[in-house]
This record gives sequence, structure tokens and C-alpha cells, in this order.
Amino acid sequence: MNIKGKAWKYGNDIDTDVIIPARYLNTSDPEELTRHCLEDLDSNFVDKMSKGDLIVAGENFGCGSSREHAPLAIKAAGVSAVIASSFARIFYRNALNIGLPILECPEAVENISQGDEVQVEIAAGLITNLSKNQEYQAVAFPDFMQKLIQAGGLINYLREQAGEGNVSL
Amino acid sequence: MAMTMVEKILAAHSGRNSVKPGEIVTAEVDLVLGNDITAPVAIREFEKIGVDKVFDADKIALVPDHFTPNKDINSAEQSRVLRDFAREQQLENYFEIGEMGIEHCLLPEQGLVRPGEIIIGADSHTCTYGALGALATGVGSTDMAAAMASGQAWFKVPETMKFVFQGELPDWVGGKDLILQVIGDIGVDGALYRSMEFTGETIASLSLAGRMTIANMAIEAGGKCGLIAPDQKTREYLEGRTTAEYTEYFSDPGADYFEVREYDVSQLEPQVAFPHLPENTRGISEVGEIAIDQAVIGSCTNGRLEDLRLAAEILDGRKRHSEVRLLVFPGTQQIYRQALAEGIIDTLIAAGAAVSTPTCGPCLGGHMGVLAAGERAIATTNRNFVGRMGHPESEVYLANPAVAAASAVAGRIISPGEVV
Repeated sequence: MNIKGKAWKYGNDIDTDVIIPARYLNTSDPEELTRHCLEDLDSNFVDKMSKGDLIVAGENFGCGSSREHAPLAIKAAGVSAVIASSFARIFYRNALNIGLPILECPEAVENISQGDEVQVEIAAGLITNLSKNQEYQAVAFPDFMQKLIQAGGLINYLREQAGEGNVSL
Repeated sequence: MAMTMVEKILAAHSGRNSVKPGEIVTAEVDLVLGNDITAPVAIREFEKIGVDKVFDADKIALVPDHFTPNKDINSAEQSRVLRDFAREQQLENYFEIGEMGIEHCLLPEQGLVRPGEIIIGADSHTCTYGALGALATGVGSTDMAAAMASGQAWFKVPETMKFVFQGELPDWVGGKDLILQVIGDIGVDGALYRSMEFTGETIASLSLAGRMTIANMAIEAGGKCGLIAPDQKTREYLEGRTTAEYTEYFSDPGADYFEVREYDVSQLEPQVAFPHLPENTRGISEVGEIAIDQAVIGSCTNGRLEDLRLAAEILDGRKRHSEVRLLVFPGTQQIYRQALAEGIIDTLIAAGAAVSTPTCGPCLGGHMGVLAAGERAIATTNRNFVGRMGHPESEVYLANPAVAAASAVAGRIISPGEVV
């Protein structure tokens, strides 16, 4: 899967409360959640961005709550991938589980500026900065996580086995 | 091979003799938890998997505690999804309004959490149960769905950081201050992907309530879990709560740690975390003049009986400052009733507190204490992110129940010693 879009650059410790404030969690409808994506961080994000754009952020992206509404809102907004120096662990799991592409790459975060055109080859973890003509290599996923990604998330992975009665990971 | 507690628990639940940090294992889980925000998404995903029944109707706990008693029509619909699913699946551990409490106060109280178990919960503060020597960690709704169907979850075996506390705690200093000190020290990603292990004579001296406060906030340092080895106090806590058999695990003397940090707490003062990250900690003497509009005492971090006792000790015979709203949220109905029996609730109300039925409401700016623009709260809760308790321009300062109670009296953040 190849991705191309404009980079939206943010700092460290972007928490799930600013990604999707709890006041909107009385619904789990992704379309509804999307309207408030990043609202407390960058109030017009959803209006400014175009489908396919990427979020590029620093350390510990997605820290805080376990709310899967956070990656769901980002995905439903049309963000094609999140590149960060590191991810908070629950957000990391959630993104893999729901099929939101994420890449851990401090070098990319250091060099990508707001508005740069960025292309990503997900399977290879290769990030190309078209504006600056640079390439960065993201940290590779362990085998098990690659299987999850290939299946399109955890539920699809489990569904592939559900026919036999019992499901197991 | 020498292993840490978390490695032993993961090995035992994944059918192995040993595991090493970095390995990915599939483990059997002992309990799967969800609430009225996360479980509706999990149930939607569960229904896509293609199985009819959950793996074990006794091993799922559903607690409608966030936007309950329901604050609006949408949240009522969310709660109904839980209720219907619990009935349809005949879940043993669904807690209706009137029985429910804040999940991380409730589950240990009900004896549903035991040493050596693996508990995953679609709530980040599930790590609270590490205080009883269980591997408990927060996951998202999809992981919860998969575990409800399979009874399993995948884990990357974490490295362990050990935190050793020595010394007697000074007055008005407790579990909250120990964990805030650690988070201030290592930062909100200082334990990212890792297990935190808390040990030493100070931890041994703490009640289970104080230990749960510490383990509860492991996530605020990015930790996967926060473990405290079981001891006699743990066993006494479990007596009368559970008849289930459990296995205690202890870290081996030669086990490998990513890092060991030692603290002498005998001079520690109450800690306050400034906006907008739990790592922005200062000792109470360095806080300066911070006027507050609201004080919140309760939550999964500090909503236990010991916390209410501490608040009542400060508030006995005193009144809240006329410009401060004082809100108190007992963690469970049992805690509420015990506090009533001890006269604590009367003391709090006499001091001008609004005492609520258990709910997570104010902690996450959901309901029952939402802040307006520019307002400031001191809270015994766990997060002070932008907009956490309401308007994005409001502010939350985190502290222990004694500091919150004293500040409610003074109208500004203050050391309990200055009020009592």
C-alpha cells in the first residue's frame, strides 16, 4: 500500500484527550467522532486537511486513555498514516488492531516540516519526503504484527479462524 | 533462568517455562473488562468475529461508570448496549447502577482481581490491579473484543524498571506523592512499553489503597503495568473477597532489570502536578499562589475509603472556601456506605462538599463537575491534559486527597499542614 499526502506536524505527548475529547465519547460513530478530531490541539484540523494527508508527531503519540475512538477518529478523517518518534503502547495496539497505518521513525520526524509532501511504502516502512528529496527507514514491525497488518486488523485475523468453532490468536 | 514477576506471569499464561523481554506471546487471560465508553465499540467488533458466545461468561466484567447515571440520550444508548449484551451473554459480572462503582475501585473490592492473574481492560487505568501482584493492563476495544471471543491476548514481553522506596512517609504524604514523584522524575514516557515494579519498605508500609493509587498511575509514565509483589496485607485484603485459588509470583534475585531507581522518601513533601502533563510536578512548598475554583476528591486513583478518611480529617469542623466548589466521589457503593457509617460523609457535607454517587464523570470532563474556560481545579484524579476536565482553557492540578481538601478550605493550593 502506497500513501502520499501533506504532512501535519505536531509535538511530543499528543494525548488522546486532545485527539478526541471525552465530551464527544457519548457516541462511537466514526463519522461523528471525526468532526472533533484533534479539536483541542488544532481546532480546524478536520477542515484544513485533505484526505490522504499524514500526521507527523514527536515522542509518545497517543498517550493517555485507551479510547479506540482516537485512532478511529483519525482514520475516519482520512488521515492515511501517522508517523511518530514513538507511540504510547495502547494507541500503538489500537492502531494496528483497527488498521490505521503507523510508522515509528525519529529521523523522519526530525526532518519532515509542516506541509512537506510525504510518500510512504507501508510494507517496506520506507518514507520519502518529496519536498526535500530525502528517504527515511521506519522501525520494522515484528512478524506477528505484520500478520495482523496483512489481515487488515485483529478482527479480520480472528475471523479467518472463526469457522472452526473456537477462535484463538 | 531468573525472571521478573511480569515475565513469570506471562510465561505461566502462555504455556512456557520462560520468556524474555521483546518476545511476543499469546497468553490466556483471567478477566476482560470494559466500560460504557469502550465496551460498546468492543461489542460491535465482537459481533463481527463470527462466534455466538463469549469464551467464559464468568470472566467478562462490564461496568457502566463513565457517563453514568446517564448524562444524556447518547450515553444512555451506549449503556443499553452493555446491558443488552450482558443479559444476552448471561454475564456474571455486569454491575448495574446502584451496584456499580468506579471500575478500578470496584473489581478489587469484589474479589475479581487476584495475584498472578492476567487482566486486560478497555480502560487505561486497568494497571491499578498490579497493586495485588496481577499483570493488569489497558487495551483498546478491539483487543477486548478479541479476548471476549478467544480468552486470549497478545503481549510483547516488557522490560522491567524497578523502583525501590525506603524511609518512613512524612505527614500528609502517601501513595499519590510517590507515584507523582516518579512520573516527575522519568516523564510521561519514561516507562514506555515497560513494566514498573514498586518495592521497598515504604511500599510494604502502605495499605492496599495506597498501593492501588501507585499502580493506577503507571500508565501516566507510559508503563504497560505497575506491579507490587503480594504480601501479608494483600492476603488479608483478599480474605472474604475471593475463594478462588491463586498463585503468587515474585521476581527472582538475579532477574534482569532495564533500570533500578532508589528513593528515600523520608523528606518527601506532598507533590502537585501542574498543567498540562502529570510529569510537571513540584513539591507543595514550591507551588506559589494558585487560586482554585474547584476541588475534586475521588476517582479510580483516590476514591477509596482511606482517601475519604484523609479528606474528612482535614475538613472536620472546617468549611470550603466560599469561592470553591468541593466535589467528592466515593469509588463504590460499599465505600460510600462505610463512609456513611463512619460519619465521613456527614463531615464532608458539613464542610460544604457535594457528595456524588460513584462515577468517573468529572475526571474526564464528562459530567458532574465540568470546568468553564479559565477555571482551575485541584483534583485527586490522574490526568491534567489540555481540556481533560472541561474547557480546553481550563486547568487541572493533580494532588493527594489531603492537599485537595486543604486547598478547598484555603481557596488556593496549600499544604495540609497550613490548614490543620
